[in-house]
Amino acid sequence: MARILVQEALFDMAAESAALTAGRIDVGGVASFLGVCRGDDGLSALVLEHYPGMTERALARIAAEAEARWPLTGCTVIHRMGRILPGEPIVLVLTASAHRAAALEACAFLIDWLKTKAPFWKREEFADGDARWVAAKDEDDAAAARWQVKGG
Amino acid sequence: MRVLYFAWLRQKIGLAEEEVAPPPEVRDVAGLRDWLATRSPGHAAAFADAKQVRAAVNQDFATPDHPVAAGDEIAFFPPVTGG
Repeated sequence: MARILVQEALFDMAAESAALTAGRIDVGGVASFLGVCRGDDGLSALVLEHYPGMTERALARIAAEAEARWPLTGCTVIHRMGRILPGEPIVLVLTASAHRAAALEACAFLIDWLKTKAPFWKREEFADGDARWVAAKDEDDAAAARWQVKGG
Repeated sequence: MRVLYFAWLRQKIGLAEEEVAPPPEVRDVAGLRDWLATRSPGHAAAFADAKQVRAAVNQDFATPDHPVAAGDEIAFFPPVTGG
């Protein structure tokens, strides 16, 4: 069972990572992806809206898919919502496995899929008072599509 | 049925959610979308570009031909941009 959290608060990446190896000797590697808010073009904050209920369901389903495809010993997905400042983390994906290939591939799969299959929306706020919704990117769809099972 | 709006659809419509009772000929997501678009100028603006609108029925992503019924929770939103 993956650990799935949607929260406004910051998270402790080191503690989350340590929790995946604590008390066990079957873990050979932990892979991580930390998404961070960039301050491009005078961005003052990102405001993340989500669909409470569906978000947790969608993340759990994506994590279950990763656990079905790779032999993971642990999996953590933490996605923040609300107001996020440049330099702050947005999302954390951790995957643990006996061997590195499974951990690394599952981690890449999780971030690619959650970008296109979890109900979050980003609004950019700028120092001059301007605000705009972020548009979905074709390259994100392409990144998610490369994990599609043939015939599936 | 309960209808939820997110991101710029919520802003254009001016509501996060509403309870609606569409006529019986509204049977699927596309039919509901077209019927909702007639409710106010804000609704019309939100649904003007159907290609930019995604939907969920009872918290699962749904295509325009997905059936809708009384008691369902239907959400409309732009393509997702998390991660």
